[in-house]
Amino acid sequence: MELISNLGMGFDTALTLTNLLYCLIGVFLGTAIGVLPGLGPTATIAMLLPVTFGLPPVSALIMLSGIYYGSQYGGSTTAILVNLPGEAASVVTSLDGYQMARNGQAGKALAAAAIGSFFAGTVATVLIALFAPPLADIALKFGPSEYFSLMVLGLVVAVVLAQGSLLHAIGMVILGLLFGLIGTDVNSGMARFTFDLPELADGISFVVIAMGMFGLGEIISNIEHESTRSVMVKKIEGLMPTRNDLKRIAAPILRGTALGSALGILPGSGNILGAFAAYSIEKKISKNKDQFGKGAIEGVAAPESANNAGAQTSFIPMLTLGIPSNPVMALMIGAMILQGIQPGPSVITEQPALFWGIIASMWIGNFFLIVLNLPMIGLWVRMIMVPYPLLFPAILSFCCIGVFSLNNATFDIYLIAISGVLGYIFGKLKCEPAPLLLGFILGPLMEEYLRRALVLSRGDATVFLTRPISATMLALSLVAIVIVLAPAVRKQRDIALQE
Amino acid sequence: MALKLKQFLIAFAAAVSVTASHANEFPNKPVTIVVPFAAGGPTDTVARLVAQAMSANLKQTVLIENVGGAGGTVGAGRVARAPGDGYTLLLHHIGQSTAPSLYRKLTYDAVGDFEPIGLITDVPMTIVARKDFPAKNMQELISYVKTNKDKVTYANAGIGSASHLCGMLFMTSIQTDLTTVPYKGTGPAMNDLLGGQVDFMCDQTTNTTSQIKGGKIKAYAVTTKTKVPSLPDLPTLDSAGVPGFEVGVWHGLYAPKGTPTPVVDRLTKALQAALQDATVKQRFADLGTEPVTLNRATPEALRAHLRREIDKWAPIIKKAGIYAD
Repeated sequence: MELISNLGMGFDTALTLTNLLYCLIGVFLGTAIGVLPGLGPTATIAMLLPVTFGLPPVSALIMLSGIYYGSQYGGSTTAILVNLPGEAASVVTSLDGYQMARNGQAGKALAAAAIGSFFAGTVATVLIALFAPPLADIALKFGPSEYFSLMVLGLVVAVVLAQGSLLHAIGMVILGLLFGLIGTDVNSGMARFTFDLPELADGISFVVIAMGMFGLGEIISNIEHESTRSVMVKKIEGLMPTRNDLKRIAAPILRGTALGSALGILPGSGNILGAFAAYSIEKKISKNKDQFGKGAIEGVAAPESANNAGAQTSFIPMLTLGIPSNPVMALMIGAMILQGIQPGPSVITEQPALFWGIIASMWIGNFFLIVLNLPMIGLWVRMIMVPYPLLFPAILSFCCIGVFSLNNATFDIYLIAISGVLGYIFGKLKCEPAPLLLGFILGPLMEEYLRRALVLSRGDATVFLTRPISATMLALSLVAIVIVLAPAVRKQRDIALQE
Repeated sequence: MALKLKQFLIAFAAAVSVTASHANEFPNKPVTIVVPFAAGGPTDTVARLVAQAMSANLKQTVLIENVGGAGGTVGAGRVARAPGDGYTLLLHHIGQSTAPSLYRKLTYDAVGDFEPIGLITDVPMTIVARKDFPAKNMQELISYVKTNKDKVTYANAGIGSASHLCGMLFMTSIQTDLTTVPYKGTGPAMNDLLGGQVDFMCDQTTNTTSQIKGGKIKAYAVTTKTKVPSLPDLPTLDSAGVPGFEVGVWHGLYAPKGTPTPVVDRLTKALQAALQDATVKQRFADLGTEPVTLNRATPEALRAHLRREIDKWAPIIKKAGIYAD
């Protein structure tokens, strides 16, 4: 079997003492920066690029990959403990994860996230090993019209995701779309909503909005209601999930892994869509529907699995085609070039030890992560018992440092402060920030793909229906809309009957 | 007491001035090169390679700071306003010469606010098309594009990007207007070219060489006046149907205006040493480019080149009627 001999070569490379060490350093650093709010893998890898000069190429790339998926892992920790999603996919984790923490189940939530991530990481590694090149070819079949229809589906899902009123959710999605439009228009080069501020020319960073609306908004409202805080600290239930919990999360992890792996291959937004989609599917089909939004363990396990699977499969376009699917992959490509390796279709054949070594190291890295993280849960849980006067200033400073590190711009610190206030106001108005964030991410992408598809088709709008993948997505969106509207219609009829 | 303080201050000032004269030797602290684009991109790669070699010559750490945004104008603006002491530098590409035409509200003067240090490299560009594009060579491509101008699509990496500039010059040269499909950066544009969603584009060898060698896309010509050693089969566009055509993504190093001449000279010396470094040469060759000759890695050469390029692109950009703000 060629695969076995390839994987053998990969493990031979990854299991040398040096590479094991760099893998461990990578995942450890990754976990650490994932836990620190705001500091993300992009800034960290950029800072470490000069260090990798002196390393052999394989070790350098193993370490950098470790930082990336390690940070995906660590990112869920702050999302669960203090409602601070450091990256897009953790937004979904914080929805139920933070509620679990408030119910004294932080340990269980962290364990569910860790177990889900490990399983997803293992499956995704096998997927890459088996099918990387054919999967990359499938991803290439996705043209602008397919992406547009996928985004439509995603937005419809965002509305399904909403906890409370449908009207609020739609309003938040639209507000998110508007925020997303800030910046320079790709097609015409015109500046939109920038008020002549050069800092706004490239739009607002997602991290700034997410951390401000979720984390800072939460801090402000916590200070307002000090009573809820004491309740949360007093009762901390068992740290580890019970057998019953494991039973509950098994199927969600499987579904999350499948969705996340599939969507992770698509460049751009796949990873985010995966987590959002996994959550809404669980919310619709779970036996514990009523617990969603109040601390359902399925609502943590599914998106975390999707997130980690997606993080892993997003290596596929980079490793097989040399195409970066996100800013971190762009940095990895930069690191390869600095090492004298030309990323592209020839990497598999010309640098097999590197290619298979990275893949093998992913599995090893995931193993390190679970070994590192499970024993740490007790420590993390104690972190939220730190008194407010210490915890809040610490979170605030880390947020500011992290946000500044994104682009070395002080402007971003003002922005996070503004989003914090907005997050607080939205909380008061009972408007969920999650649909806003999805609108914020998908809105500009949707516009870009819509206009690109129309430019390519010479303005013929039927392309969305004549291309089969695109048509399927649109049909699914329609189904989803019907599912959302049906109960609302029924409810109204019930009310009418009561009167 | 007051006297003592005064004496102390005098002694302190004397001590400081002694250390200062000692430290007159530039540089006595780390030098920062601002790259006005995201880390990991082609310009960032060039900067990191050069910075590594320059720090060996300057015996000081040379740091890279990525200040992306608005086509490189945010980072360039920051250096323009930095103190002219040689510790904050700008490494920018061809965009330094096109920004004055593309941006109506530039916050700095691309010529007057900088002291040039030297040119670094001219990265060649390549005309590439999707794998199943019918044309077999450059001449066929030109005639195919002319006869099917309502059908053919051209991809670029966004307004003001090198691929956009090259495409504009190409269309002006063959006097044919094509449908242009802008992307946010080279990555997504290359993705759609690989997937056959768009027909052709013109991009830096940095991004195209490995795809060409992997047989994933078709290559037709290089945009420099001379052939590119890493792609020996490709003719120059100049010789293959578009006489006089020349575009290179040239990179230059700048200090803020007011930087003392000795400091600029020291930096020029370090840059020249870096361009002769074996690793830099090797990595540049991997990227399909080479360092400029030493007589071009000078302040005078960069100043003249910048002026020439501004004059070259201004009418083309004006005629196309595009702005990036």
